[in-house]
Amino acid sequence: MNRLTIHRVLLWAVLLLFAAWFLTPMYVMVVTSLKDMAQVRDGSLLSLPTDPGLASWAKAWSGACTGTDCRGLQPYFINSLAMAIPAVAISTLIGSLNGYVLSKWKFRGSEFMFALLLFGVFMPMQVVLLPMSQILGWLGIASSLYGLILVHVVAGIPSTTLFFRNYYIGLPDELIKAAMLDGASFWQIFRRIVLPLSTPIMVVTLIWQFTNIWNDFLYGVVFSGADSKPITVGLNNLANTSSSVKEYNVDMAAALIAALPTLFVYIVAGKYFVRGLTAGAVKG
Amino acid sequence: MSAPSALRTPWLPKLVVAPSFIVSFCFIYGLIAWNGYLSLSASRLLPNYEFVGFEQYALLWESERFHVALSNMAIFGSLFIGGAMALGLLLAILLDQKIRAEGVLRTIYLYPMAISFIVTGTAWKWMLNPGLGLEHLMHQWGFESFVFDWLINPDKAIYCVAIAGVWQSAGFVMALFLAALRGIDDSIIKAAQVDGASLPRIYWRIIIPSLRPVFFSTLMVVSHLAIKSLDLVMALTAGGPGFATDLPATFMYAMAFSRGQIGLGAASATVMLAMVAAIVVPYLYSELRVKK
Amino acid sequence: MGALNIRGIRKSFGPVDILKGIDIEVEAGEFLILVGPSGCGKSTLLNMIAGLDTPTTGSIHIGDRDVTWLPSKDRDIAMVFQSYALYPNMSVAENIAFALEMRKVPKPERDAAVQRVAAMLQIGHLLDRKPGALSGGQRQRVAMGRALARDPKLFLFDEPLSNLDAKLRVEMRAEIKLLHQRTRTTTVYVTHDQVEAMTLGDRIAVMKDGLVQQFGTPDDIYSRPATRFVAEFIGSPAMNMITAQRGAAGVLSKGVELATNDAQRQALRSGGAELVYGLRPEDLVFADDGLPGTLTMIEPTGPETYLTAETAVGKLTARVPGNAHRRVGDRVHLRWAAEQAHLFDAAGGQRLA
Repeated sequence: MNRLTIHRVLLWAVLLLFAAWFLTPMYVMVVTSLKDMAQVRDGSLLSLPTDPGLASWAKAWSGACTGTDCRGLQPYFINSLAMAIPAVAISTLIGSLNGYVLSKWKFRGSEFMFALLLFGVFMPMQVVLLPMSQILGWLGIASSLYGLILVHVVAGIPSTTLFFRNYYIGLPDELIKAAMLDGASFWQIFRRIVLPLSTPIMVVTLIWQFTNIWNDFLYGVVFSGADSKPITVGLNNLANTSSSVKEYNVDMAAALIAALPTLFVYIVAGKYFVRGLTAGAVKG
Repeated sequence: MSAPSALRTPWLPKLVVAPSFIVSFCFIYGLIAWNGYLSLSASRLLPNYEFVGFEQYALLWESERFHVALSNMAIFGSLFIGGAMALGLLLAILLDQKIRAEGVLRTIYLYPMAISFIVTGTAWKWMLNPGLGLEHLMHQWGFESFVFDWLINPDKAIYCVAIAGVWQSAGFVMALFLAALRGIDDSIIKAAQVDGASLPRIYWRIIIPSLRPVFFSTLMVVSHLAIKSLDLVMALTAGGPGFATDLPATFMYAMAFSRGQIGLGAASATVMLAMVAAIVVPYLYSELRVKK
Repeated sequence: MGALNIRGIRKSFGPVDILKGIDIEVEAGEFLILVGPSGCGKSTLLNMIAGLDTPTTGSIHIGDRDVTWLPSKDRDIAMVFQSYALYPNMSVAENIAFALEMRKVPKPERDAAVQRVAAMLQIGHLLDRKPGALSGGQRQRVAMGRALARDPKLFLFDEPLSNLDAKLRVEMRAEIKLLHQRTRTTTVYVTHDQVEAMTLGDRIAVMKDGLVQQFGTPDDIYSRPATRFVAEFIGSPAMNMITAQRGAAGVLSKGVELATNDAQRQALRSGGAELVYGLRPEDLVFADDGLPGTLTMIEPTGPETYLTAETAVGKLTARVPGNAHRRVGDRVHLRWAAEQAHLFDAAGGQRLA
């Protein structure tokens, strides 16, 4: 009986130790963002602010310098919103239509085409950067929000299709057959029967896409122009500006601002987030 | 099966998927081919479609910076993948022991996946800051002689990237393994207990071996994350000091977009593609074959 | 011209022939059963009638319309699936009215149809519920209601009772039969259960390996099975099959002479030397003389008892009403009349006499 208790105590100790390790950066970020630079220097990483204040937050939002611009993260935040929302919506919708066809209306070669599409989930983005810049240039949308949205939509189609297709395979085929016998058309079946049953996967896909698109840096830095940089690029510029004095507290506040939307989604809908991760990685 | 032939308009399903398939195939395979051609061309600052054979690849091979990037890839890759997999598995096994606060702990371990690698990099850069970060903290706690300048040390900086990477991704591995552990049939474990096996033995001989499929698919996802990582390095060290923490991904970006060496950038991108394909294609092939 | 005509239907999937030539004519108002073991092609055939699959060659006519290549919704048929396939996101009333909605039937008429069907099947109190909140039997009724609301020319049932427990299955079987008597709609019903086949069908098509082995009334199939397969498939406990040889004076099995009459001996001359002598369990009686044997198993079912005896020609199972008042190990004698024997060719399985 005693051995059991010692095991449990050890178990809990290890778990809590790791929990602390995972939480420390978040704690440090919050705590640092509430200090002024004097407190930062006098105190240490883990010390609480002696005189907490939101000055760094205000500065990060509207006054910090990101390169030559000193308008803070606000414009970048808006850019990210303007980019992410359409991209998430469009790629999810396309994914659901593709998944519907690939699971319920298979035709010759459709499985093979799906396999080819799957590679797109894993390929390194580096390989499309250069040609894509050319194409966006030709289309006249290089260095703009529209270019970013297009890239994210196209890059997201393989993942969203995968999610929906795997989910719809679980819907009984007889449901579709019954609807066909009842006289429903391809679109009516989708609208009246399949879509209403898609809520779980819809949420998973929306969260997954939003998190990935909001957090993306590579496409953001390559394909954006002066007025269309997303918040990840803004944050990186802000934190890496080698001008004058480093204001670590502002850096931390900025990092938190950038992280808040996806963190919020995670806390509110974490269950679906996990489902999205496992759906993406563990096939079938 | 609801074959399209059962419809009045059997061409409709094909028409619906055609646009996105065509666009996606062009995006994936078309651009890969284009990139491949660029890597065989004389492009520098601007694309130049003069064919030069494998000259760019030769340049790549001679580039000291690329060699640094490759060796960093190996170091970072093995530390990141190994660390994330091991820690993730450990956490999953620990959490599987019927802990009451499992939900809370799971949320804590997994939240780093929700934030951008840029945020992670920024946070850890501050934490490992030579003057005011970890070192300063240790001094305040009384360890006066503690030195932690790994971040600006060319030989040690890559380890910082690995640590931050493991921090970000271990929770993801844990989530996958935990789901798999939950899927194991209880009756097998009960049978083993009746047979007199102790808990560690049960884990070692029965449970862990049955995790093989999840292990491989997780390994694959984490490996491909490692190969792609650019955001983390950019935020944490910007490839520095110098290019000591360069990875193929940052090398490619630097060459293509700030050094005016598009051909070289394209070549390095192709090399990255080859690395990813070497892992992903056999895996996808075996997965889809099993389905049939 | 029958209500449903299936002519020369063949279906191949590459080198595999699933259906090898099916010809069935169904009269208006008739209840046709397609019965057979799994893999015999009955569901494939049903899907073709429904328009969910197409044949390689052959034709299907409903009335005098050739529907072979028509999509399902143009065929005026309704189907009840094995899993009922009720739309989970819609209420029972919406499920029943869905097909009418697809045909743009105006709301008042739709509601009237729903009420009519609900009254017929006594599901009026379930109309606002979702399928998830219904029991198995209730779902079955809603599935039938959905089919009924269409008032179609043809009803198709795909093993609708397989998912129910034994008691419920008996109840629902009776309901289906009553419903058919009331509506008199032509029905095609697929099942692997021979009891359902016998009790529900006006005519039965017994299928095996893509071919119809026999097509006839339940009585035809039971009392004069056309092949050994049909004989063994229908009837429980199965018909006793004794391998035998045609001898000079009659039929011999392991040295024992088996009873035959003139007509049978006449018919036997056209067959080979090897044959199979079949006896239904209820045709065997226990007497003071006859084929000797030892009882090895006694299975009482309540109204009857099945007794298995080890004899010189092999194991034979007999069926007697009530309690047999015997014990395992008893020495018994079995007797039967020659007319009751079914004789099949050993090689091809077809009926000789």
